[in-house]
Amino acid sequence: MAEPVERIRGDVHEPVAHDSAVGHVTGRAAYVDDLPEPAGCLHLALVTAERAHARILDLDLEAVRRAAGVVAVLTAADLGEACDISPVHAQDEPVLAAGEARFWGQPLAVVAAETREQARLAARLARVGYADLPATLTIEQARAAGGELVCTPLTLRRGEVEAALAAAPCRLAGRLRCGAQEHFYLEGQVALAVPGLEGEMLVWSSTQHPSETQLMVARALGLPMAAVTVRCRRLGGGFGGKETQANLWAVLAALVAARTGRPAKLRPDRDEDMVVTGKRHDFLTEFEVGFDRGGRIHAVRATLTARCGHSADLSGPVTDRALFHADNAYHYPAVRLASEPLRTNTCSATAFRGFGGPQGVLVAERIVEEVAFATGLDPLDVRRRNLYREGDPTPYHQPIEDVPLEAILDELERRSAYRERRRAIAAFNAGSPVLKKGIALTPVKFGISFTATWYNQAGALLHVYRDGSVLLAHGGVEMGQGLFVKVAQVVAHELGLDLERIRLATTDTGKVPNSSATAASSGSDLNGMAAQAAARTLKERLTAFAAGRWSVPEDRIAWLPGRVRVGNQEIAWDELVAEAWRARIQLWASGFYRTPEIHWDRQAGRGRPFYYFACGAACAEVTIDTLTGEQLIDRVDVLHDCGRSLSPAVDIGQIEGALVQGIGWLTTEELVWDERGRLRTHAPSTYKIPAAGDRPRILNIALFEGAPNRKPTIHRSKAVGEPPLMLATAVLHALSDAVASVGGHRLCPRLDPPATAEAVLAAVERVRAATAGTTR
Amino acid sequence: MRRVVRFWLGDELREVEVPTPTTTLLDWLRGPGRRPGVKEGCNEGDCGACTVLLTRLRDGRLVHEPICACIRLLATVDGCRIGTVEDLAGADGALHPVQRAMVEQHGSQCGFCTPGFVVALHALWLDRPEPPEEASVDGWLAGNLCRCTGYGPIVRAARAAYALGDPAGDPLRANEPLWRARLAALADPDTLLVEGGGGARLVAPTTLEETLDLLAERPDALLLAGGTDIGLWITKELRRPALLLWLGRVAGLDRVEEDAPGLRLGATVTWREAGPALRRLAPGTAELLDRFAGEQVRAVATVAGNLANASPVGDGPPALLALDARLVLRRRDRRRELPLERFFLDYRRTALEPGELIETVLVPRPAPGTRLVFEKVSRRRDQDIATVSAGIALAVENGRVAQVRLAFGGMAAIPVRARAAEAALQGAVWDEATIERAAAALDHDFTPISDHRGSATYRRTLAANLLRRLWLESRGVPVRLHAAEPALG
Repeated sequence: MAEPVERIRGDVHEPVAHDSAVGHVTGRAAYVDDLPEPAGCLHLALVTAERAHARILDLDLEAVRRAAGVVAVLTAADLGEACDISPVHAQDEPVLAAGEARFWGQPLAVVAAETREQARLAARLARVGYADLPATLTIEQARAAGGELVCTPLTLRRGEVEAALAAAPCRLAGRLRCGAQEHFYLEGQVALAVPGLEGEMLVWSSTQHPSETQLMVARALGLPMAAVTVRCRRLGGGFGGKETQANLWAVLAALVAARTGRPAKLRPDRDEDMVVTGKRHDFLTEFEVGFDRGGRIHAVRATLTARCGHSADLSGPVTDRALFHADNAYHYPAVRLASEPLRTNTCSATAFRGFGGPQGVLVAERIVEEVAFATGLDPLDVRRRNLYREGDPTPYHQPIEDVPLEAILDELERRSAYRERRRAIAAFNAGSPVLKKGIALTPVKFGISFTATWYNQAGALLHVYRDGSVLLAHGGVEMGQGLFVKVAQVVAHELGLDLERIRLATTDTGKVPNSSATAASSGSDLNGMAAQAAARTLKERLTAFAAGRWSVPEDRIAWLPGRVRVGNQEIAWDELVAEAWRARIQLWASGFYRTPEIHWDRQAGRGRPFYYFACGAACAEVTIDTLTGEQLIDRVDVLHDCGRSLSPAVDIGQIEGALVQGIGWLTTEELVWDERGRLRTHAPSTYKIPAAGDRPRILNIALFEGAPNRKPTIHRSKAVGEPPLMLATAVLHALSDAVASVGGHRLCPRLDPPATAEAVLAAVERVRAATAGTTR
Repeated sequence: MRRVVRFWLGDELREVEVPTPTTTLLDWLRGPGRRPGVKEGCNEGDCGACTVLLTRLRDGRLVHEPICACIRLLATVDGCRIGTVEDLAGADGALHPVQRAMVEQHGSQCGFCTPGFVVALHALWLDRPEPPEEASVDGWLAGNLCRCTGYGPIVRAARAAYALGDPAGDPLRANEPLWRARLAALADPDTLLVEGGGGARLVAPTTLEETLDLLAERPDALLLAGGTDIGLWITKELRRPALLLWLGRVAGLDRVEEDAPGLRLGATVTWREAGPALRRLAPGTAELLDRFAGEQVRAVATVAGNLANASPVGDGPPALLALDARLVLRRRDRRRELPLERFFLDYRRTALEPGELIETVLVPRPAPGTRLVFEKVSRRRDQDIATVSAGIALAVENGRVAQVRLAFGGMAAIPVRARAAEAALQGAVWDEATIERAAAALDHDFTPISDHRGSATYRRTLAANLLRRLWLESRGVPVRLHAAEPALG
């Protein structure tokens, strides 16, 4: 019998708990606002604009300055013109607005007081005189006003789309609108700035991008980056909402700290956070599709228009990614996709899990749905007939590789018993006049890599101390996604140490510089590889040392759990480390990684923007109430491709959470701005993310097995942060299917998300009215 | 007169000079209380991140309830025990079964909502000797939001905890006599007074007479009961009332009396306390009781407060209007009874006169054969404010509508009866044509507005369709989403 393989605890591919799980459940896991406040800490509050677009005639802050506890008040006039936090250096995002307010909620001044309550009370005493300017709040208004763009749009084209549309046996045009989404991270934005001993600044920030927060703070203070340190141990949720949106708070806290010489903390109230910070872009897409009676798509032409808000922020890359995903899983033989990133007088739309991808995926799925209704085919059959195959070209000319969609759909169709249930649902609906069921099975393909190629790099720093303890630092940010534990599993695996022996360092720009945003699902791909490189360097050094110290060839040294076999003897890790230290071996190492192969020529619309694709599919069954539009998600089956999962429990958690977050986006989460541009849904009382009772009543999640990433990613895993959000598309289409049943499935319901109860009821009535009187 | 607020924080008796009358429990816990495990998510009682366990004595029994610390004024935990996430693990660091279950089920990701969930699960564990059904856990957790996990692991943890321990062995259960004695020792007849913040005061008398005297002298005093709305005036609008008159210590106002004529609910009776009696009185109130806010709010929000608040979209008014509830209004020199219908005058304006308070809510027992139905359509099913709600009391005898009361929320500036629709129904043959006439009559009753909860058109359609639902359900047509099997095949 073979000797059982000895394993460390918490090796890669093992389902392990989140590294902070015990800290979370005991309340000991601390966030920025939980840090003991330094003596003399000031608390800040914002004065914000109460107009969507206006000249600021008068900013009267006398009463604010005189209010109890107020120590300082800063306006744009105090900051200088360079004080801008546009992450793409468009110089269109002043920290504090001067002269003109460009959205309702734009910060105009910051108040520093001895207590947070004093700061908040004082900020309300500001008197602002405005002269209204015409405000463009919607896509239609922005177009009517000339269609100013926040950045250069992108066009992707392949083949002769006009000719292909003209030649196609069938052709139809459509429009799809999809709503915005508030991140609703449970921990709101927060920053604490602490002046240092030599003019430097330390900022604790709830940021997904410490290095950029560092850059923004340095610029605002006129300091070199080397004089600014940004730290972040964990975020109470990010979802893209703290990729650029954390900078405002950090910069203002640092400015006040620099001016006053006192620590300063800025933590907005939830409502202010929701009014001031950007959200997922809402989109309007106008498309034309040419197809045949067999449901095969011949050509697609579409313009994806996004409401970007008052500044560019990340709208360029977001709308680019929407185009990159407007094919979702389908081959368009001829295609032209264009973006239209419109400037509006609303908060600046920003990154949100999927980063434009989900909006693109919705377009592809609506096209498929329209074709299905036009041909009378089951939407799943239309999906399957147009599914990408190996080697097919994408609209950006990157060939499809390692996209196991066909196998995933085969397996999920079987697991979910899609065909049988569709028949059972038809029978149910025939006998149920009020409650109607629907079902849909939709795929997801998501490109992995930052399309800004230079972001695809990461660093790690691994310290081994003379007592054998290990400290792992990297540039990634832990926001609940399990990045830290995944990277620790990688290091534990390399060093042969149990997972709990790897201590995780607070992310700190003073330890690992020039980190990229923890975003684009790339955290473990990038930081895992960097940490692995650092661990391998250390391991090589220790191996070489052991070979010399105990006079054995290196090939007779074996790394075992917690120890090293050197020739015939075994040396415990702690002893090896102590010996190496005495022998003056360097016991720390850095690691670096850059993603290979990728390149992107935006001008030409060609390249290989993605290192690989992550895939998945979901099958959803829903019931709607045709009297009220209320809905219930009966069952969702998911099959998702994580390559060879680095940490299965973490990955399943990401899939489940992303699915429900996506369901929220597509159903109950509706952002409402009034005609004056004021956000009316600015708190959980009015903005409804899913609650426990909204999750699918039956939810089966499986990982697609036996498909390691063909690329040499970290232990052949695939990224998982964003792709599963788009699994929720199945729920939207199941709702649409249920609505369609009231018209005998002859009319595409064109159910635009969010499919609120009101929207579902309106669609039911529309379909009923349009099909009334026609024969069934 | 006592100026120090006394309460147990975990196993420690705290005597606190409250900084200002409007200092919230959350701000105190995270600051001077040194309990940073309690999180601020929304500061309006809607996300549950600040959930703490409140233990109090009621009729000599210990009651454990999850509450939101963010909208609870610190002064109003006088006489109670507050348990935070920090109090759960044993002195040796051993995790509580609900904590262990959360770890084992991967119930946390970013962790920020987790302390609130853990405390809510602890409260559930104390409330239920046996593992609750999943749907029941969902309902209990309606007041806790999580943005990471999708909830499944948390709901599984709620049940898994029972395999790791027995609620009967929980320190709070095992030490009940000790806790009863500790809390009983804090009860005193003294009026509690908190002053601060520029002369603002919170006064908490222990007798109704003293309360009415005070109110007569200071009719501008703001009456505070559960405070689930006043809390928001303080945290969101930054209002700083000059005088808060807290009813929570007033003896006798917390009575629930159930007899043949019906229910008598004292001014400080919470929805949670009123629940069992209301369910017995009219089983149709179950939908109201399950969907009124979340557990944290149901535990402290009062029935009387929900009426005095006079929101056009409150859940209680339509149901209580349909039940023909009456109010006992009390002033120092006068007690009067008023039908609830005549209490709501205009948007957020009531018939309460200066110096007057709601002493009792009277809910008459429905006549035999009269059925109450409560309907609520909201953007999200749980913990949401209604787009349209309806209370319907209906008796059909010999094929005709013998009695009907229809009251709607979300259709007008106040919760109000639909008189035209009622007239169309009253005495008419119970059939589809009658329902259609009533549905059409709603247009005479209401001119709803459009807002972020729904358009006027949607509201009108909903109101009419809720009547149609009533009819269809009476014909045995399945109309309840949650009654159906979860999935086919």
